[in-house]
Amino acid sequence: MKWNVVVGRYDPTNPPARNGANGYPPPYENAPPRNYQSFEVELPEHAVVLDALIEIREYQDESLVVRCACRSAICGSCAMWVNGHARLACKSKLRDFTVDGKVTVESPPSMPVIRDLACDMTPFWEKNRKVRPWLENRLPIPEGEEYRVPNAAMENLIQEVSCISCGACLMDCESFAINKDFLGPAALAKAYRYTADPRDDQEKQRLKEYSEANGVWDCTHCYECVQQCPKGVAPLDQILKLRRLAVDAGFTNNPGTRHADAFAESVRDSGRLNELTLMPKSVGLFNIRAQLQALPTALRLLRAGKLPPVFHEKIPGLKRVKNIFNKLGGRFK
Amino acid sequence: MKVAFWPGCVSKGACPELYVSTHKVAEALGLELVELREAPCTGAGVLSEQNPDLSDALNGLTLAMAEREGADLMTICSTCQGVLSATQHGLSTDPARLERANRALLDSGYEYRATTRVKHLLWILMEDIGVDRLRPLIKRQLTGLKIAPFYGCYILRPEEYLGLKERPERSTYLEQIISLIGATPVEYHGKSKCCGFPMVTFNRDVSLKMGGKHMLEAKSKGADLLVTPCPLCHLNLDAQQPDAEAVMNQPIGVPIFHLPQLLGLAFGFSPEELRLNHHVVKTEPVLEKVELKV
Repeated sequence: MKWNVVVGRYDPTNPPARNGANGYPPPYENAPPRNYQSFEVELPEHAVVLDALIEIREYQDESLVVRCACRSAICGSCAMWVNGHARLACKSKLRDFTVDGKVTVESPPSMPVIRDLACDMTPFWEKNRKVRPWLENRLPIPEGEEYRVPNAAMENLIQEVSCISCGACLMDCESFAINKDFLGPAALAKAYRYTADPRDDQEKQRLKEYSEANGVWDCTHCYECVQQCPKGVAPLDQILKLRRLAVDAGFTNNPGTRHADAFAESVRDSGRLNELTLMPKSVGLFNIRAQLQALPTALRLLRAGKLPPVFHEKIPGLKRVKNIFNKLGGRFK
Repeated sequence: MKVAFWPGCVSKGACPELYVSTHKVAEALGLELVELREAPCTGAGVLSEQNPDLSDALNGLTLAMAEREGADLMTICSTCQGVLSATQHGLSTDPARLERANRALLDSGYEYRATTRVKHLLWILMEDIGVDRLRPLIKRQLTGLKIAPFYGCYILRPEEYLGLKERPERSTYLEQIISLIGATPVEYHGKSKCCGFPMVTFNRDVSLKMGGKHMLEAKSKGADLLVTPCPLCHLNLDAQQPDAEAVMNQPIGVPIFHLPQLLGLAFGFSPEELRLNHHVVKTEPVLEKVELKV
């Protein structure tokens, strides 16, 4: 079968001019532009995108740079953008990704590029190292033994252990696309894996670090990482577990926790979200600078006739909600 | 067709134009809206991340109210849709979770049997009503307008809860509606990305840059306006657009329409009836393009 593969090329010694209106990334995006080059390859119906790229490199253009190794979705080398989303090229069938007669592959614009399809994974590994992805245990090793844990304790971590460090989640992470210092989904999923490991005794210290700026509260909760992970690690779910553990451990003096508290209070007391009090309570009532920043938005809403009523209405039947909070509210009671 | 209608907090708060235009469109469609006035806020993912059992009970209550009506539950907010879909998925597949939720509902007068189907207005339009019954209702073709769909997150992801695996076409419904009303859909990368709203109260600049980036991309592809099925996206893209312009250091000036406002225009309602004159980013320049005056 004939397949049409469009490859985003990038040569650092001869970078293409800035893309115009029709190219991605758009000019205001801080990623190098690429030249899109079309190749036609002859491959069977079941072939994957990586087969096509190897075919191109071996028989059509040996200058094409692509990073790959196992071809079995376990080494994590060949994550790249396939039709605008991070995918393992070796796990993406050409027939599933051919749209309007072509499949487009390129390096993800959120990452630095080395050449063509090989992005620079340095940010990924730096973030990983920052969360200290190893067991730390100050207790002496039991004599003549190693640290032992029940099977069940490790079974709970199978999902997080499945990470192959391909970086697909980071490549499509919206928070990382804007804020390069954000620890990102893969590192935080790994962070959870070590925090929850019973052999590690640094849980408190870890949770303190992970709740600081650029940590768990900098995730925008968009589920891109859950969607793109080829191994079902669901990094966002692990980030949310870390948030819960951190709050339970008392690390609550941050805007993320205040936001959650203000939200819960509003639902408990009125059954509805109070948009007027959410913002001031989240930024902290004594954070004058942030309070002032929010003021123009409120004035704008007022001018457009959209400002929520100052006297926040309660839902009828609020007693049911109060009862539920009494039973299950935990710290929101 | 009768639906149990959950309007969400924002359509009754900072986006009243969504509530009003939904009613207009429902009237034209012959869609009977039984509003669940006693249903609580879904928690927008904030409560479920902090306290999953609490979230299950609150949303189980809403789902049980719809179940008693004997109708599908209709949302007009992607965020409500996402939370209710996830809850429904959990309660219908995990009997222990359902039992815990029902224990919390014991004295509420409701017991949930996990049978409710939760559907966003967008899905009802395309799946229950269908293009063939929509077409004759279109009185005004919006020919000449280039419209960028903005799905946001929670109506698309996680796909296992939102039925995208069975119905991948759900990620194309906005484009289909845009074409149906005679306008041209704008293809751009940011259409399924995050608007930044979840972080706007505690990570303001990053949040505003997210929204700003997508709007500028759509604009660079020629979009006259964006249409969204989510009022939270609307808040970040419309109400905060002047702030986004400040952090992006360039003008944006792209009006953001709610889905029922766009459809309502095509159905022949006036811009005022759809409260298009109550936006932060002025809609007049776009309306003038199709010779509509506010």
